[in-house]
Amino acid sequence: MTTVAAHPVLGRSLDLHPQVALRPEPFGALAYHYDTRRLVFLKHPDVVRVVRELGNHDTVADTLTACDIAPVRHDAFASAISSLLDSEMLRDRTG
Amino acid sequence: MTALVEQLKGGLDAPICLTWELTYACNLECVHCLSSSGRRDPRELTTDEAKAVLDELHALQVFYINIGGGEPMIRRDFFELVEYSIGRGIGVKFSTNGAFIDAAKAKRLTDLDYLDIQISLDGTDAVTNDAVRGDGSYATAIRAMEHLRDAGFVERNGPFKISVVVTRHNVDQLDEFKALADSFGAQLRITRLRPSGRGADAWHDLHPTNAQQRQIYEWLLAHGEQVLTGDSFFHLNALGEENLPGLNLCGAGRVVCLIDPIGDVYACPFVIHDEFKAGNVRDAGGFARIWKQSELFTELRQPQSAGACASCGSYDACQGGCMAAKFFTGLPLDGPDPECVGGEGELALAGVASGAAPRPMADHSKPPRPVAVSLGRR
Repeated sequence: MTTVAAHPVLGRSLDLHPQVALRPEPFGALAYHYDTRRLVFLKHPDVVRVVRELGNHDTVADTLTACDIAPVRHDAFASAISSLLDSEMLRDRTG
Repeated sequence: MTALVEQLKGGLDAPICLTWELTYACNLECVHCLSSSGRRDPRELTTDEAKAVLDELHALQVFYINIGGGEPMIRRDFFELVEYSIGRGIGVKFSTNGAFIDAAKAKRLTDLDYLDIQISLDGTDAVTNDAVRGDGSYATAIRAMEHLRDAGFVERNGPFKISVVVTRHNVDQLDEFKALADSFGAQLRITRLRPSGRGADAWHDLHPTNAQQRQIYEWLLAHGEQVLTGDSFFHLNALGEENLPGLNLCGAGRVVCLIDPIGDVYACPFVIHDEFKAGNVRDAGGFARIWKQSELFTELRQPQSAGACASCGSYDACQGGCMAAKFFTGLPLDGPDPECVGGEGELALAGVASGAAPRPMADHSKPPRPVAVSLGRR
């Protein structure tokens, strides 16, 4: 569904780390990781929507499509999701 | 100015950084104590009242609380409240002088999930530390850290913190503090001295000199993310091109607040004064109503005037500094910080008449010790 030079994260199956809590805020949400004690700002409501939905779809790309994120924004979302993966807010889904 | 910082200035649905001083009782009497602690206040929240507050914080999805005092471990229900909080999904970080962390308590603390500990220490030697925190307090803190190490706290829960208030007497020890923390597998946290509580009197002799402020700024730039600061040094951002890591803003009433031992809610831990009191958790509507609707917090979330600093090119970098520092040194809130690195604070302070600065309230200092009188025996 994605075309040119798709970001590698788009093909992965991810979900929210079980130790992460999301709290809605006017700008989007706060994500707090109880193990690493790290706090991250999700700065757009669309990012929050996507993050909450990741576990319900096979891949990140599928999630973006299901959430009606315009293809032109997919790369930006892929970067945001990669950095959430780096900070362990998200994790690879197994099985 | 990022859009996020602008958003944060408008306030959050719940605090990020909530400090809860559980008791004004303390075994120590540090000269810079921000809450003038010493004696327990008889109006202290009961165990049930404290649990009700934790229920509210749970409903608000507060992720963690910073427990302090006084010395919080003095409360008999300390573990009960900590365990209740953690059970409600609210992580706990607590500040202690370490006096009550023996081998058994260290073990008990190690066994708790989502618990973090800050041991206060203001010198890397007994002379420097004890001058501020009292005789024997250096040895006490080190002993507590040894107990935590022996209990395997770091392995199970991650690094505990060594929490330092930077003064003109310990600023040269920053490297040594870091080495001490490293030797325990702990993490260093350094924060800014405020003229709050008993610190209002101690501040003039303890606060870093202008040259030392640059020293702190450069040290923090060099150590970046490894050292925690509670984002308390943002006034130093006016010193250079590069901002220190962290949120560059005063969080009072926006992302930060204080619940004191009797349930009074203040805009931040450093402004225990009626002018910054937003309500009491015992009032109808409880904490949530205060956070969301109090007049004071609503006002603090409005755009603040740069006032006398409006024409200064550094205002975006320093944001006018710390509200508490200005208030308790008698400076207007819309003017320079008393430690303005441009020197404006010093000039402004010179214009404050002696005795004109507001006095901190809720003094729980212990009464002066009776002077030993030798009875007339020959």
